[in-house]
Amino acid sequence: MSILESRISNRSDEFRHNSSAMQELVADLRARASTIAEGGGERAREKHLGRGKLLPRDRIDRLVDPGSPFLEIGQFAGYQMYGDDNVAAGGLIAGIGRIHGLECMIVANDATVKGGTYYPITVKKHLRAQAIAQENNLPCIYLVDSGGAHLPSQDDVFPDREHFGRIFFNQANMSAQGIPQIAVVMGSCTAGGAYVPAMCDQSIIVRQQGTIFLGGPPLVKAATGEVVSAEDLGGADVHARISGVADHYAHNDEHALSMARDIVATLNRQKKPDLVLRDVIEPRYPVDELYGIVPSSLRKPFDIREIIARLVDDSAFDEFKQLYGTTLICGFAHLYGIPVGIVANNGILFSESALKGAHFIELCAKRRIPLVFLQNITGFMVGQKYEHGGIARDGAKMVTAVACARVPKLTLVVGGSFGAGNYAMCGRAYGGRFLWMWPNARISVMGGEQAATVLAQVRRDGLEARGEPWSEADEDSFKDPIRTQYEHQGHPYYASARLWDDGIIDPADSRRVLGLGLSAALNAPIEATEFGIFRM
Amino acid sequence: MFNKILIANRGEIAVRVARTARALGIRSVAVYSSADQDALHVEVCDEAWCIGGAAASESYLDGERILEVARQCGAEAIHPGYGFLSENAGFARACEAAGMVFIGPPASAIDAMGSKSEAKALMAKAGVPLVPGYHDADQDDARLGQESKRIGYPQLIKASAGGGGKGMRLVENAQEFPAALVSARREASASFGDDKVLIERYLTRPRHVELQVFADTQGNCVHLFERDCSIQRRHQKVLEEAPAPGLGADLRQRMGAAAIDCARAINYVGAGTVEFLLDEDGSFYFMEMNTRLQVEHPVTEMITGQDLVEWQLRVAAGEPLPLEQSEIGCQGHAIEARIYAEMPQRDFMPAAGQILYLKPPDNRAGVRIDSGVRRGDLIGINYDPMIAKLIVHAADRNAALAKLAHALSQYHILGLNTNIGFLGSLVTLSEFGAADFDTGFIGKHRERLFAQSPLYLQQARVLAAAATLPAFEIRHDRASDSAWDAHDLWRVNLPATQHIELDHDGDSAVVAVRRVDGGWRFELDGESYRLSGGWIDAHNMRLDLNDERIEFPVIRTADSISLGHRGQAYRFEIPDRVDTGGIDAAGADHPRAPMSGAVVALPVAVGDTVEPGDTLMVIEAMKMEHTIVAEVSGSVKEILFAVGDQVDEGDTLVLLEVESR
Repeated sequence: MSILESRISNRSDEFRHNSSAMQELVADLRARASTIAEGGGERAREKHLGRGKLLPRDRIDRLVDPGSPFLEIGQFAGYQMYGDDNVAAGGLIAGIGRIHGLECMIVANDATVKGGTYYPITVKKHLRAQAIAQENNLPCIYLVDSGGAHLPSQDDVFPDREHFGRIFFNQANMSAQGIPQIAVVMGSCTAGGAYVPAMCDQSIIVRQQGTIFLGGPPLVKAATGEVVSAEDLGGADVHARISGVADHYAHNDEHALSMARDIVATLNRQKKPDLVLRDVIEPRYPVDELYGIVPSSLRKPFDIREIIARLVDDSAFDEFKQLYGTTLICGFAHLYGIPVGIVANNGILFSESALKGAHFIELCAKRRIPLVFLQNITGFMVGQKYEHGGIARDGAKMVTAVACARVPKLTLVVGGSFGAGNYAMCGRAYGGRFLWMWPNARISVMGGEQAATVLAQVRRDGLEARGEPWSEADEDSFKDPIRTQYEHQGHPYYASARLWDDGIIDPADSRRVLGLGLSAALNAPIEATEFGIFRM
Repeated sequence: MFNKILIANRGEIAVRVARTARALGIRSVAVYSSADQDALHVEVCDEAWCIGGAAASESYLDGERILEVARQCGAEAIHPGYGFLSENAGFARACEAAGMVFIGPPASAIDAMGSKSEAKALMAKAGVPLVPGYHDADQDDARLGQESKRIGYPQLIKASAGGGGKGMRLVENAQEFPAALVSARREASASFGDDKVLIERYLTRPRHVELQVFADTQGNCVHLFERDCSIQRRHQKVLEEAPAPGLGADLRQRMGAAAIDCARAINYVGAGTVEFLLDEDGSFYFMEMNTRLQVEHPVTEMITGQDLVEWQLRVAAGEPLPLEQSEIGCQGHAIEARIYAEMPQRDFMPAAGQILYLKPPDNRAGVRIDSGVRRGDLIGINYDPMIAKLIVHAADRNAALAKLAHALSQYHILGLNTNIGFLGSLVTLSEFGAADFDTGFIGKHRERLFAQSPLYLQQARVLAAAATLPAFEIRHDRASDSAWDAHDLWRVNLPATQHIELDHDGDSAVVAVRRVDGGWRFELDGESYRLSGGWIDAHNMRLDLNDERIEFPVIRTADSISLGHRGQAYRFEIPDRVDTGGIDAAGADHPRAPMSGAVVALPVAVGDTVEPGDTLMVIEAMKMEHTIVAEVSGSVKEILFAVGDQVDEGDTLVLLEVESR
């Protein structure tokens, strides 16, 4: 394999400038993440701890193998989405962690955040976690501690296809597919929530902490006049000894988590990656040099190979069609010993680049090699020449290839993600197993400036047709809010809050995050691909 | 000289005797109990014979069986070592009757010194000075009470037949006397089959100075200088040194002469030790004579350059003493430290367990280790908890102390508690360096001796935390086969932090472990340590603690980390926070055995009601009594052991029906 030669100098002014700009973004990201990790705030945490319960992140730390990584997803879910309501991490912590060497999807309610109730984003995150589990064949462990649906938001959490009920639909179907569903009831499981443990293959309940009931004491009293305590209505003793809703009786959180580990240890599952694996070799360049490569302005181009060189094993990259369609870089590499095909932007997409991309994706799908997309794309080339050349047809070929490829697809947005380029480069809609963004990335249908200019042009055309004047100053004040809106909505915090991605990551963690995601993806067998019609 | 001798002992002394025998071309025969079949002394001797069960009474105290083996194997003489049969006149006589040489004094000499009261009477006659006391045969309670008052306080009650601190009780005032008498009698009876006691005035600042004497069958008698054995705990010696610090030539000469008088008074033959109490004013009193080779004989060997076991063998073979008094010189200074399996911080309670790791100090000139154990040996409940002796010799006392401190810091035993760390604090205490001590030294300086350097404990806890981290493991696989194999606590956008809770001696603390800039940072009580390195083999770690490279032994079990750090052995428990809800978490309703031992008393019966503090059971372990008391009010539901039964550490002893409030 050929080794990528880096052409940048980490001593150059440009590198240092880029690096410090990126590190500022990373510092901001980490600071915000730390706040999110505090959940519902000091008082709620103390109340929670005072009940003898562990905080959800501590529960996860004890559930996973000591020292092993936890690949959290949707950390920024709900971030600044509900005005004054701080729904930290969407009120639900989810991610992949190893338990007895087995990668599992862990979904933990955070009762310190609004009592662990399900806001719309909570539901979306829960479903996203389940989707990841289902696609990647990962056992699910639900650490339940939730008051159920957030009643004021009932129209956004209850009735629709992708609402609360889908959680149990997924549990049933994953169970049918042989994906273990395990619940640890460490707090309330009220109303619909009661079905989480009830729909599981196996469940554990913590005494004096866990409760499961379809209607809580207030509802029971209202409905029938019966006065009953939560513990007598649906506590651990009720469900482990009388109702049989829970299978295992735990004395405290630690006990319950240790039992959950024991259950995973006996699942009789084995990951059997059906790929030719290699020894792992670290890249030849330091991973933190990734900070200095991407210019602080998305308008400035950079060579994506510099990023590839800092992500892949031994910085080795066998490039495909190196001299053709050069704005798209395709090639084979290894990530933690796992073969991958890399599709990366080095400029705007032309017909040739799209054709090359489609061809390469076909190769990977046929050879069952996972795909990694490195997005930094403003879009497809526009203009008469290109429309005449059928760029829509060639773009469609690449989009078809991406859409149909059944190999694991992972996307990392390192810069812009605009327009149809997002589709061709495996945007969220294209069924990738994971999608992450760097903190400098932007995502929108087109760039803010571009959108403002287009909208201003349309308006100017309209005004001028009616013979009305439009001053430069007026145009500017017309464009400003558009630019602001695009900047705001295209920002990773905005995107991640809405779960358009699985998380914003520190560029220096890119290799690891891709490696963890890719490895987790190998829990599911790689299916054969059947492509749709490639319009010729 | 003999061709073959039998060594009627075990442990370090059997190994020690065998070494000299080998040097003299004498074949040695080991005897062993079933518990000792893999013991070191069995291996180092030329022959080995099993003589019975684990209990000493069924093996090492079974004189008949030992004599039978001696005859069968063709031994000409029996070396009794110390303890066991070494001061048993009956055994000495049986040897004589069987035509077997007993390597020790004549039975008559043992008899003369065997009863402390009779010995004192003899000494009084010989003009050897005595401590005020009562040594008569009349054991009537009232009489003893009167005598107790006459002698004055503080005073000691001792078993007449005893030695080694067994059956000994300190009485501070008249009120304490009756209870102490009962307890002394019980222990005397259990240990020696004789509950006779004597009473002696207890000197407040005495030093224990003893003279090594040697006599042959031709009537020669010499002394080989003194040993100061003032540093004691529970009336047992911990440190012994020769010569005694600050002893003038005149006093030394007078004590030597008194010791020789003593030996001559009983027609002594062989190695013996005359123990004196030395008062602050230079007066000294005869305490007792040990008619055997002492545990601490090596310090005498170091300063005189003589092999006392060789002397014993020559004298027993009828040869004259190798040297005359004027030929015996004293060179430099020697100190011995006894390594015990015990818990100094818990009043020196004996410890039992398996030696999981054993690394003695480097072999260098002037450092001698007399050890009877190896890695893997079980230090059980059957025999003495002394597992080795560390002896150093140097030009003067200060040099010897420095050498001892260094050697102790290199001595690592893990798996069970030892007093090595305690010895380290002891020898580095300035008062000890200044030889400002008496037999109450340990009690007097208890606080300072046990104020374990908090910094070292903190460091040890940090090291123990490192020993629990998967990240420090030796990685046998290549870098890793998956990103999931990382052990660096990685989290998305969040600091990687782990909290490791470790208990030390009931004191719990949490070490926060953080991943910072690709390295590890450990935080404990506001201190921060940078750590790197890892395991170098299954039992050792090499870590850079801040900028200091340290290598130390570690033994891990599922719930504990034992490690050696700066001469101290530390054991940390990994608390199990998994509450599986026993009948009663406090365990008050089912008291457990604090250590392995035998049940010697059971003052309660099923159905009895008990109050907190009531004795439920008495366990004897390592020849010491441990009382199990009720911690709650209730009634006895079931008693799970009977008197005479063996119990293991952790066994539930009694079930109580706890009184509900």
